[in-house]
Amino acid sequence: MTIPAVITKNLTVKLGGSTVALDDVSITLAEGKIIGVIGPSGAGKTTLIRAIVGRQAFHGGSVEVFGLPAGSAKLRSRISYMTQSLSVYADLTVTENLRYFCAMLGINGAAAKKEIATLLDTVDMQKLADQLVSRLSGGQKQRVSLAVSLIGAPKLMVLDEPTVGLDPVLRARLWTLFKHLAKNGTTLIIASHAMDEAEHCNDLLLLRDGRVLAHGSPADLRKQTKTDTIEQSFLHLVKSKVAA
Amino acid sequence: MSPARTFATARRVLTQLRHDKRTLLLALLVPSLLLILLRLVFYDNLIQFSAITPMMLGIFPLVMMFLITSISTLRERTSGTLDRLLTQPISKLDFMFGYALAFTVLGAIQAGLACLVSFTLLDINVAGGYLPVIVIAIAAAFLGTTLGLLVSAFATSEFQAVQLVMPIMIPQILTCGLFSPREHMAPFLQFFAGIMPLSYSVDAMKQATQSITWSNTLTLDIVIVLAFGIAALVLGAVTIQRQE
Repeated sequence: MTIPAVITKNLTVKLGGSTVALDDVSITLAEGKIIGVIGPSGAGKTTLIRAIVGRQAFHGGSVEVFGLPAGSAKLRSRISYMTQSLSVYADLTVTENLRYFCAMLGINGAAAKKEIATLLDTVDMQKLADQLVSRLSGGQKQRVSLAVSLIGAPKLMVLDEPTVGLDPVLRARLWTLFKHLAKNGTTLIIASHAMDEAEHCNDLLLLRDGRVLAHGSPADLRKQTKTDTIEQSFLHLVKSKVAA
Repeated sequence: MSPARTFATARRVLTQLRHDKRTLLLALLVPSLLLILLRLVFYDNLIQFSAITPMMLGIFPLVMMFLITSISTLRERTSGTLDRLLTQPISKLDFMFGYALAFTVLGAIQAGLACLVSFTLLDINVAGGYLPVIVIAIAAAFLGTTLGLLVSAFATSEFQAVQLVMPIMIPQILTCGLFSPREHMAPFLQFFAGIMPLSYSVDAMKQATQSITWSNTLTLDIVIVLAFGIAALVLGAVTIQRQE
């Protein structure tokens, strides 16, 4: 049996000491899948993601990533984290950004050069390689940030709203890339408030007010709620919770 | 700790500066221009100017490096790049030392230029020769950098970081003995000045201007300045939390 990518048990996080951002979240996320963390803004998506990458202190429960406590030093070369803000250096060129983050993972010299060429190709940024990030458009910046997340082929990629504000063509291309990565064994955890993107995921986690509303494949969730789209499922689940 | 990551970070910070020509120009030229201004203030009093200028050479790099460093590390905290780095295999000390190295290099060039202008254009004469003055100016730049790194942890915006110059730097400048000898200050203020790092950098400059030989007091003053700097670095690393 393979070790799941992420296991949380009774995870509880309070932000600012009192506001409950996550309330008793217990989930198991399998390896090699695209896991969508879906929910409205303020549902706890970013908090859950930060707990998984080890940046969030929690007040109860546990988080394990590949069998190790979240944030373990051993995990740092195996996971990547793309934050909601761009988390790349605006005053560096695309290549300089990639070179620096390569060095953080111990990839230097000729190996870094090769890695950077591949990454630029993957996100289709070869022509803009020597541009300062501050001069790029929003979508191009997103792609640079994504390229940084791809460095060193991490086993787990955690992406916070990676497609927000992108044009439909680019979004479609990124989802193709994500599917390709998952096929090759990468686990992707993708937070999104866009319900229409949920259909691309293998596994969905619907969050609301810091709690898990539902967890399952898109098809399962639709079947369970007898609806046609994830958005309708979500609404149905919220309504039934209120009624109960 | 990994020297490769420390150097990669220093290189990256210097590359960022290289792209920001205006900041670079301001940082390198302003102290020299201020010294020229001061020479015109003491137009017909070269003796007093000669006494004050070396102290200025200990103060300018400290204040400027403090400002530049606190703002650039704050940007790292607010742009999400620090978030990303902390999920990567870089130690917090690598990060701090990388920054300290890069900005000390900048500070050294700045101080070197200011010394050059003082010794050539402005006819400053120092009993101990140029070497101690330059060494102290670089030590002061290092101290300014490390204090900036530490203080950026206590500011949540660039606005606050700039304002911190007033309560942190100005009292040290007022009490370091520049305006009035420390022996004439209120006793408790003398004690306060005695535990402030800037006092030692100014004392060292006084030594260098008055004593022909490199005295033990001078060495001790410089060691104290450097010790303050290293303490600030280590404290600064402690203030960076992997889990928030």
